[in-house]
Amino acid sequence: MTVRRPSRKQIHLAAHFPGVNSTTVWADPRSKSQIAFSSFEHLARTAERGRFDFFFLAEGLRLREHKGRIHDLDVVGRPESLTVLNALAAVTERIGLAATVNATFNEPYELARRLATLDHLSAGRAAWNVVTSSDAFTGENFRRGGYLDRADRYSRAAEFVDVARELWDSWTPDGLSRPFAHRGQHFDIAGEFTVPRSPQGHPVVIQAGDSGEGREFAARTADVIFTRHGTLEDGRAFYADVKGRLAKYGRSEDDLKIMPGVGVVLGDTAAEAEERAAEIRRQQVSPQNAVLALEQIWGTDLSSYDPDGPFPDFDPVPDSSLTQGRTRRGDTVAMAEKWRALSREKGLSIRQTVIETSGRQSFIGTPEAVAAELETFVRQDAADGFILVPHLTPGGLDEFVDRVVPLLQERGAFRTEYRGTTLRSHLGLPDPAGKG
Amino acid sequence: MTSSHGRGLHLAAAVDQRSAYDADSYVELARLAESGGLDFVTLDDTFARPGPDALAVLSRVAPATGRIGLVPTVTVTHTEPFQVQAAVATLDWVSRGRAGWRLDVSTTEGEARLFGRRHAAPADALWAEVGEVAEVAAQLWDSWEDDAEIRDTATGRFVDRDRLHHVDFQGSEFSVKGPSIVPRPPQGHPVRVVDATEGQARRTAARYADVALVRAASSAQAGSVRAELRASAEKFGRDPDTLRVLASLVVDLGDGEHAAEPGHGGGGPRQTAHGPLYRGGPVDLAELIAGWHGDRTVDGFHLTPVEPRRDLERLVNGTVALLQHRGLFRTFYPGSTLREHLGLARPANRYAVTGGAS
Repeated sequence: MTVRRPSRKQIHLAAHFPGVNSTTVWADPRSKSQIAFSSFEHLARTAERGRFDFFFLAEGLRLREHKGRIHDLDVVGRPESLTVLNALAAVTERIGLAATVNATFNEPYELARRLATLDHLSAGRAAWNVVTSSDAFTGENFRRGGYLDRADRYSRAAEFVDVARELWDSWTPDGLSRPFAHRGQHFDIAGEFTVPRSPQGHPVVIQAGDSGEGREFAARTADVIFTRHGTLEDGRAFYADVKGRLAKYGRSEDDLKIMPGVGVVLGDTAAEAEERAAEIRRQQVSPQNAVLALEQIWGTDLSSYDPDGPFPDFDPVPDSSLTQGRTRRGDTVAMAEKWRALSREKGLSIRQTVIETSGRQSFIGTPEAVAAELETFVRQDAADGFILVPHLTPGGLDEFVDRVVPLLQERGAFRTEYRGTTLRSHLGLPDPAGKG
Repeated sequence: MTSSHGRGLHLAAAVDQRSAYDADSYVELARLAESGGLDFVTLDDTFARPGPDALAVLSRVAPATGRIGLVPTVTVTHTEPFQVQAAVATLDWVSRGRAGWRLDVSTTEGEARLFGRRHAAPADALWAEVGEVAEVAAQLWDSWEDDAEIRDTATGRFVDRDRLHHVDFQGSEFSVKGPSIVPRPPQGHPVRVVDATEGQARRTAARYADVALVRAASSAQAGSVRAELRASAEKFGRDPDTLRVLASLVVDLGDGEHAAEPGHGGGGPRQTAHGPLYRGGPVDLAELIAGWHGDRTVDGFHLTPVEPRRDLERLVNGTVALLQHRGLFRTFYPGSTLREHLGLARPANRYAVTGGAS
């Protein structure tokens, strides 16, 4: 080990490809193709140049719809994750390759096989971000159709991950395969898994979610939890809660890495960084997107409203299905009241209010200040690392890698070289015991 | 110089290997095939026997090659049509227009038990379902018009939703709403390949395949299947010249330049459980290819080497070199997409309004 201060807790870094969401600024002249392979290659290679742990792709199963029509304001359309990651394995050498794949509309045998294949073809760099789906809207593209209620979604996902691991464990490290048979609440399958044990044994399992069920699922099952939390205090509370759940599953605190998704905006001075961040927020929340955000809360057509004007004075329509394919928002009446109150209090227009309330966790400042703050979060146990969500495709990570990573390395807080070849080794995760 | 279609000779090879899970060996074989200017390589797949996911392997191969077409087998019996078409479209994106897809079925109860969703079904019923999957895939590939992404900053619109389409497909075993999540791939439709040797598979191939593979032991036999496929395609309303028929042979080029008994004593390929097997030297194989192609009974050949490294090397440096020397096979890729190699046009989009604005 050649780390300067090996006792210091090391930061883990990952890169998210800026996909289908309102944080991606596609109108910027530097924004290139969201679908060409060269875009994925650029971002993955930049992340690898920065010695990141992994490169992370989201997934899409149905284009969102709003007012019964396909949503057209954000980036729309993306490739199938595992196919892109296999191709990226050809143009990268060390960085982990993480695919988001839904456990509601896939089957364990096929997915376990595809993930094991990625692990073989990338020589041990595969990861799976397990997500679930709630709605019949998404189901309309699939054989199984329909939907699962919330509890069933998680129990299917948990059983899905268990089955995948059974399949991966059905080959011993010395190359012997044994038949498997699994009969549970959601799956009744048997046979022989046809891919030998892959370099990591088990591809790394990532899970997102802040709910109680999500936290418990992650504590039992995941190697990495992808989360959001706003402040150092919230982060510390989340961290303590999730790490505290590990012991009852016989796991140590190091076995689960907590990585919030964050944005970073840099400037030569603090003021310049703030100015750039404000401009980015204005680009993310266009006038059309501001009205859309309002309609998603109010559940009704508000296209006649001026985004630079005041809020509607009536309450949202409960249980509206105006928007489909996006997470439901809970108590919309309370949320509307919160927005109106904020608008009144600060004298903000609709768009200004949306900008104020819809930002995600960001680190804004000079490279030195951002490096120090990232390290503070990790040293104070608010996170084990970060998943960076750039706002530009594909160059959105260039500046961070060129300006912040060297500072983290100088501080001894981040690796200067990969020490191992597998994603598990980057993350410092134990090898799964081969149940030979 | 668009001579009559089909006079171009099309050559393809399988890069199947027993129990290989590393990327390098597949890259090496695909590059070898590419050095011979072959139209495409295939990689077979099933859920039932050892082997990596074929589409994943050829995705891994894509950035490591430049021109050769990449045709994985993707079975459709237990998979999700929506996901399969998205993965194939993505292979087309990462290979910049070189994707194909060999459609196949899973007929055994053993395969069904791996999924636990449905029981095994007769091959004819499953091949009819292949037709539905091929149809919905094509619809989904068209569900984005080519110019749907507009990035219109004035109106804030990233796409023109009037150029995105629900497909509302209702099949016998599944339905798909659409549109696809993947924008229309570079080739419009990646190339669909079907083994048309038997039964309902032949009808499905006539209707939906761009390339039909025929396991035939003689030129005459291949010719009669080709004639039937072309006639059948025409009945389905297709121009038969949009269908390429390739003879599938297993080849063993382990002997010398000329085998002591070429083609088993001059008799051509011998029928085996794995399909017609041709054993001989690279020069003998060139003779056979030139002969069948000269008979106009096939548009080309799909060759499966019994010893991948050895036989593919002999195929490229022996057989192909000889065919090139005789002017029967091209010496370079005139185009960059698989469709261009095959002389197949990029399909028009069924949803695009023609003759209108823009």
